[in-house]
Amino acid sequence: MRLSIAWIRGLVIAASMLPMVRLVLWPVLDWAGANPVEFVTRSSGTWTLVFLLLALSVSPLRRLTGAGWLMRLRRPLGLASFAYALAHLATWVWLEHWFEIAPMIGDVLKRPFITAGFAALVLLIPLALTSTDAMVRRLGRRWSTLHQLVYAAAVLAVLHYWWHKAGKADVTEPALYALALALLLGWRLVARLRR
Amino acid sequence: MLIRTHDASTPPVSDITPREVWRNRRQLLAAAGGTALGAALPALASTAAQASSAIMQGGDPKAQKLAATASKLSTPERATPYKVVTTYNNFYEFGTEKDDPVKHAHRLRTRPWSVRVEGEVAKPRSFDIEELLTLAPLEERIYRMRCVEGWSMVIPWIGYPLAELIRRVEPTSKARYVEFVTLADPKQMNGLAIPVISWPYMEALRLDEAMHPLTLFTVGLYGEVLPNQNGAPVRLVVPWKYGFKSAKSLVTIRFVEKQPNTSWMRSSPEEYGFYSNVNPEVSHPRWSQATERRLGEDGFMQRRRPTLMMNGYADQVGSLYAGMDLRRNF
Repeated sequence: MRLSIAWIRGLVIAASMLPMVRLVLWPVLDWAGANPVEFVTRSSGTWTLVFLLLALSVSPLRRLTGAGWLMRLRRPLGLASFAYALAHLATWVWLEHWFEIAPMIGDVLKRPFITAGFAALVLLIPLALTSTDAMVRRLGRRWSTLHQLVYAAAVLAVLHYWWHKAGKADVTEPALYALALALLLGWRLVARLRR
Repeated sequence: MLIRTHDASTPPVSDITPREVWRNRRQLLAAAGGTALGAALPALASTAAQASSAIMQGGDPKAQKLAATASKLSTPERATPYKVVTTYNNFYEFGTEKDDPVKHAHRLRTRPWSVRVEGEVAKPRSFDIEELLTLAPLEERIYRMRCVEGWSMVIPWIGYPLAELIRRVEPTSKARYVEFVTLADPKQMNGLAIPVISWPYMEALRLDEAMHPLTLFTVGLYGEVLPNQNGAPVRLVVPWKYGFKSAKSLVTIRFVEKQPNTSWMRSSPEEYGFYSNVNPEVSHPRWSQATERRLGEDGFMQRRRPTLMMNGYADQVGSLYAGMDLRRNF
């Protein structure tokens, strides 16, 4: 049984990196369409959200199914989300702004959708840094308190996507992510109130 | 009005090539056959080859070819590859993704087609597509195209000045603005099912903008009739404004007295103004307009290039906006 859980975990980690391979390889192979930078930006952003929502699904799924081993997937899913968030940030810093600091600061301060996205990423940094076993042990109960930041990060990330799309008059996709997040957070709220 | 050409030292091919040679250049090239041409007909070869290089070759063997003369108003910049021009654009009537138009626009029927010209004109009437194709001599105009989203292309359009059409309907003294309405047929256009914007798509220009020699009534690109996804069979091209001002697949042109409330102004008034002239100094609320990415040319690992005032056409059109606050009239 232990072996098979390790296998599942390994598979999940390997699968979580497949989109990363795609988003690096497709532009190199010229398969990323007419605007490869846009392709990388969108792909990395999408997968950040997907893995963040998957990580947030672990606890509810464990409660609903009673399968405790699911918890072993939470960290790799969360770290995968962080990896895509870093790729998203790197695309912006490098391919959009070419490391020019002033326009980046201007973007973060003046454009609400970038402010929200940037804040979400900043909130994820301490969570990734404290994701090791050693840090979990060291922080004890404070670890759980700290990691509730993920809820704020997820709300900001969905808001970032929503505001980015809003002016283009098409919020179908962000609405789907918002709905999924609302269900995941709503489930937690109900569970807490019942206790 | 002063029209500056970008490359005044080189006369356009249409000036130095005999009209008959020009008209028959494809047949001449085909008959002589590739490289043999150079040896057999040196004098003719050089003029014919020059002429043919002025008209960009398209990528669709089935598309109807259009003969057009090169224009002095063309930019000497390298044209964006045909494949990029025809596979990446916004045409929300077919969906909001950049590759939706090329995927879905095959359902658009461009024959029969007519454009209704109405409103404040002495001679309102409908123009059949065949008449529109031959109303005035076709020119190839290689223009920069800057999308409000921050990407740009260089496109060899084919058409004639919109002023040619406008003259024929004789606007009245009340005509101060011109509306351009795109087809909205849910049977042909899958994107209309979602109300992303107020359909039918309507854009508008001030009459003097519409009459400007740069404003092109466009019927083709890359030497062929317009591909459906690029706004077939007739569209507007206004090169100094953001791309969305250049309405596609036109069915109605309406002359009006008051400034129209265009589709984008209704949808998002704080983001899209009536003028929407390309202006690197006035940011979009969600991003800077100071730079752009030239698709198909600026590689994956290249910096964005600076965006030019009025998309580089300020010398020709700046006088239209003399004394206006471009920050307020964005």
